[in-house]
Amino acid sequence: MEHSENIARAVEVGWLWLIPLFPLVGSALNLAFGWKLQKRYGKRAVHFIAVGAMLLSCVVAELAFWKMVAASPADRFFENHLWTMWQSGSLHVDLSFGLDPLGMMMTMIVTHVATLIHIYSIGYMADEPDYWRFFMWLNLFVFSMLLLVMGSNFLVMFFGWEGVGLCSYGLIAFWYTDVEKAKAGMKAFVVNRFGDFGFVIGLFILFWSLSGVWAKDTNHYIPERGLSGRVMGTEAEPPRVAPSGIRLGPTVEFRELRNQISDESTGMAERLKEMDFWGFPVLALVCILFFVGATGKSAQIPLYVWLPDAMAGPTPVSALIHAATMVTAGVYMVARLNFLFALSPAAMTVVAVVGVLTAIFAASIGFFQYDIKKVLAYSTVSQLGFMFIGVGVGAYWAGVFHLMTHAFFKACLFLGSGSVILACHHEQDMRKMGGLREYTPITRWTYLAACWAIAGFPWAAGFYSKDEILWKAWTAEGLSADWIGPAVYIVGAIAALGTSFYMFRSYYMTFTGAYRGAGGHHDKERQEDPHTVPAHAHADDALHAPTHAAAAHDVKLVPDAHAVAHDAHAHGGTPHESPNSMTWVLAILAFAAVVAGVIFGWPASWGTGHEPLLERWLAPSLPAAEHVKFAEPGRATEYEFQFIGFAIAAVGWFAARVLYVDAKSPIPARLKAMFPRVWSVVFNKYYVDELYDATVVRAAIGGGKGYVFPAIAALAAAIIAIATDAHAFDVPSYLVHGTISSRLWLYSGVSRLLVIVPVTAFAYAAAYYGTAAACYFIDQKGIDALVNFMGWLGRAVAYFDAAIDKYVVDGAVNGLADLTIGGGRALRRVQTGHIQAYLFGALGGGIALVILLYIEPNIVTAIGQLLGLR
Amino acid sequence: MTSIGLPHFLIVGAALFALGMVTVVTRRNAVGILMGVELILNAANVNFIAFNHYVAAPGSFTGQVFSIFVIVLAAAEAAIGLAIVLAIYQTFHTIDVEETDLLRE
Repeated sequence: MEHSENIARAVEVGWLWLIPLFPLVGSALNLAFGWKLQKRYGKRAVHFIAVGAMLLSCVVAELAFWKMVAASPADRFFENHLWTMWQSGSLHVDLSFGLDPLGMMMTMIVTHVATLIHIYSIGYMADEPDYWRFFMWLNLFVFSMLLLVMGSNFLVMFFGWEGVGLCSYGLIAFWYTDVEKAKAGMKAFVVNRFGDFGFVIGLFILFWSLSGVWAKDTNHYIPERGLSGRVMGTEAEPPRVAPSGIRLGPTVEFRELRNQISDESTGMAERLKEMDFWGFPVLALVCILFFVGATGKSAQIPLYVWLPDAMAGPTPVSALIHAATMVTAGVYMVARLNFLFALSPAAMTVVAVVGVLTAIFAASIGFFQYDIKKVLAYSTVSQLGFMFIGVGVGAYWAGVFHLMTHAFFKACLFLGSGSVILACHHEQDMRKMGGLREYTPITRWTYLAACWAIAGFPWAAGFYSKDEILWKAWTAEGLSADWIGPAVYIVGAIAALGTSFYMFRSYYMTFTGAYRGAGGHHDKERQEDPHTVPAHAHADDALHAPTHAAAAHDVKLVPDAHAVAHDAHAHGGTPHESPNSMTWVLAILAFAAVVAGVIFGWPASWGTGHEPLLERWLAPSLPAAEHVKFAEPGRATEYEFQFIGFAIAAVGWFAARVLYVDAKSPIPARLKAMFPRVWSVVFNKYYVDELYDATVVRAAIGGGKGYVFPAIAALAAAIIAIATDAHAFDVPSYLVHGTISSRLWLYSGVSRLLVIVPVTAFAYAAAYYGTAAACYFIDQKGIDALVNFMGWLGRAVAYFDAAIDKYVVDGAVNGLADLTIGGGRALRRVQTGHIQAYLFGALGGGIALVILLYIEPNIVTAIGQLLGLR
Repeated sequence: MTSIGLPHFLIVGAALFALGMVTVVTRRNAVGILMGVELILNAANVNFIAFNHYVAAPGSFTGQVFSIFVIVLAAAEAAIGLAIVLAIYQTFHTIDVEETDLLRE
C-alpha cells in the first residue's frame, strides 16, 4: 500500500463557516427580538427567521456537497481555518471547520432533517405562547450540532458537543413550569456530564501519549515520558517531522492525528500499541474513555437513562435531537476516530458488546410501554446500539449508514407520533388511541413506511443498514476473541426481532381497531408513572377497559404546562389530520426512509460488482476500514443471512399483528396475567432508574454512604481491567484441555479481576474510613475548641465595643448636637432683619481687616499658612 | 503748590466713598440708601479714571471703559432698586428700612 493514499491533504474552502453561521444568526435574532417580533408581527415573523436561516444553511451545505462530489476522492478534505483560538506549548487550537466525506454526510443530514423539522414545528407548535423561545433553541441546537460535525479538531467538536447538550437541556425542559419536565432536562444534562468526563480524560491521555521527539537518524519516535514540557523558543524545536512529511506530536486536529497514526512510516501506531498508562494499554484506555463519552451522548448502557425521560420535550425536539442528530454524535465520534479504535481490539469489543447489550435491553423494555413516545425512545436507544455494533466490529460505514437511515425513519416515526398526539388532543397513551387509520391517513401511511424501514423489510432502508451491520458482526475477526462476533450477531438478531415486534405493536395499537379515546382530555395530560404503580395493579386488563384504566392504575395526573394550547383545538372528541406543513414533512421523510437504502446501500453481493455507494463515498474518511479483518464465507452464506434478516422482520410483524391488530386478541392480557412479576419488572424498565437513584444519586446528594463509593470504584476498576486486557475474553485453557494451567490462570483476566476488585474496594474503603475517622477526631478535639474560643473572644470584643459605642461614639454625637443647638440659639440674636445692621457688620469687618493689615502687612500670608494653604 | 496729581483725585474719591457709605448705613429712607450707593459707585469711577490717567500706559482706555460699565450698571441697579422700593411700599405701606424686618424670619 502506498503511503500517500493514507495522507489526507486539506483543501482550503473559505466559505464553510457560513453553514453554521446562519443558524447562529437566526438564534441570536430570535433571542434579541423574537419576543417583540412575535408580539408585533405574529408568529410568522419568528419562524420566517428560523426557517430562513435553516434554508440558507442548507443551500451552502448543498454547495459544499456538490463541490465535494466534483472533487476527486483524494481532494475531499475541505478545511476552513478562521483563526487561532489559543496556543500554549505544543497545544495549538484553531477555530477551524473541516469537511471530509463523513462530516459532509453528517452535515447534509443535520441541515436537511433540521430544516424539515423546523417546518414541521410551525404546525406543531402553532399554539405555543413561547414560540420564539422554541425556535431560538432549535436554531441554536443546529448551530451547535454543525460545530460538532464540522469541527476540524477535538476542541471545536467539544464546543458543539457541549452546545448540543445545553440545547437538549433547554428543549427537554421547554415547558419548565412542569416540575417533572424540568427535572427530565436536568437529568439529561447531569447524566451527560458523566460521559463528558470520560471524553475529556480520554482526550488528555491521547494528547499526552502523542508527545515525543522524532530522532532523524535512528528512524524512531522517542516518547517524552512525564508531563514536563519544553518552553517555547528557548532552544531549537526538536524535529517532529516524519520522512513522509507528516508533522508528528501532540495535536487536537483530526486530520493531523489521522495522518500520523494511519501512515505506517511514522511508527506512531506501533508506538501507541506498546504504550502503557498506569499499567493499562494506552490505546484501549483512550478509546474506552472516548466511548464513555459516547455512551452519555448516544444513550448507551449504563448512561442511557436520560433519553426516555427526554421525551418530556416537544415532539419535534424528540425527533431532531433525540432521534436523528444529537444522539448519533457518539457513533459519529467513533467513526471519526476509526483509525484509533481499529488499533485496539479490546476497545472495539467493548463498543460492540455494549452496543448489542443496549440493543436487546432497550428493545425488551420497548415491548410493554404504552406511551407512544416512550416506545420510540427505547427504540432509539436500541437502534443506537445497532450503530455501535457496526462501528464496534469495524464495519464503520455500516454503522454510519444505519445512522443515516435511522435519521430518516426515526425522525419520520417521531414526527408521525407527534401528528398522532396532536390528532388525539395531546394524548400519548396508545391504549386511548386506535383506529386512527381512518382519521389520519397520511400519518398512518408514513408511519407504516417508517415501520417497514426500522423492522427491516427489504423494500425499505433499514434492511440494508441493519443487515449489513449484523452480517459484519457475524464475520468480524478484529475483536478480542473469535466467539464474540457470532455472539453479538445472535443477540443482535434477537434484538432485531424485538424491534420489528414492538414497532408493529405500536402501529397496530395506534392505527387499527376503533378509536378508544374519550376525547375529553382537554384539561389533563395522562402519564403513567412507573414509580407509583404497584405490581399487582397491572393484573387487570387495562387494554380492554380503557375507561377504568385511570381508576385501576395509580395514574399520576401531570398538570398541563400548555393548557392554552388545548383551547385552540376546538375540535370536539374526534381525531383530526395534521396541517399540511406537517404531513408534507412526514411524506418527504417517509420517502427518504424507503429509498435511502436502495440508493446508498445496494449490497455488492446483489450483482453490482462494486461496493455500495455510501461505502465508496465514505472510504477516504475511514482509513482503518481496510485494516479491519472480516471473514469471507461466500455469497451463498450472505444470501442466507439476508433471508434470515427478512424472516426476523416478518416474524416480528406477524406476532405483533396476531396479538395487537384491532385490539381484539385476548392473548396479551392473558400473558400479562400469567406473568405479572416479569411484566412489572420489564414495564418498570428493570428498575434501573431506581437502582441509580439508590446508589449514585442518593450517594451524591447525601454525601455518600461508606459502602457505595468503594463499590463503584471497584466496579470501574474491574471494567477497565477486563476491557484493557487483551486476553480477558479468551476461553481459559483449563476449560479447553481439561487441565488447569496455574500460570495461565494466574495471568488470566479472571484472576486479575479477583485481585483488582477486592484490592480496590479495600483501598478505597480504607482511605474513606481513615479519612472519615481523622476528620471526626480533628473536628471534635481541634475544631470545636477553636470554635468555642472564637465564640468567647467574640463576646468579649462585643462588650468592649458596646462600651465604646455608648460613651465615646454616642457622646460625640450628642455633644455635637448640643453644640449646634447652643450656637444656633446664640446666633439667632444677631439676625435682626435690619439691612443696616448687616451693613454695620460688613463695614466693621472691613475696617477691622484694614486695621489688621496696617498693623501687620503679612497678615494674609500668615492666615494662609495657618490654614495650610501654602 | 504743584499741579493737581493722583492723590487729589484719590482724596476726592475717598471722600465720595465715605459720604456714600455713611448715607447707606445711616439713612432710613430706602431711596436715600440708593442715592448713597450711587455715591459709592461714582467714587469708584473717579478712582478708575484717575488711575487710568496717571498709572496706565499712554493710549490705554481701560479705566474709561470700566467706568462706563459702572455707569451702565448703576443705571440698571437704580432701576431695579427703585422697583424693589416700590414693591416694599406696596407691601408695608412705608419705605422705612427699620420697619421692613421680615428677612429676620
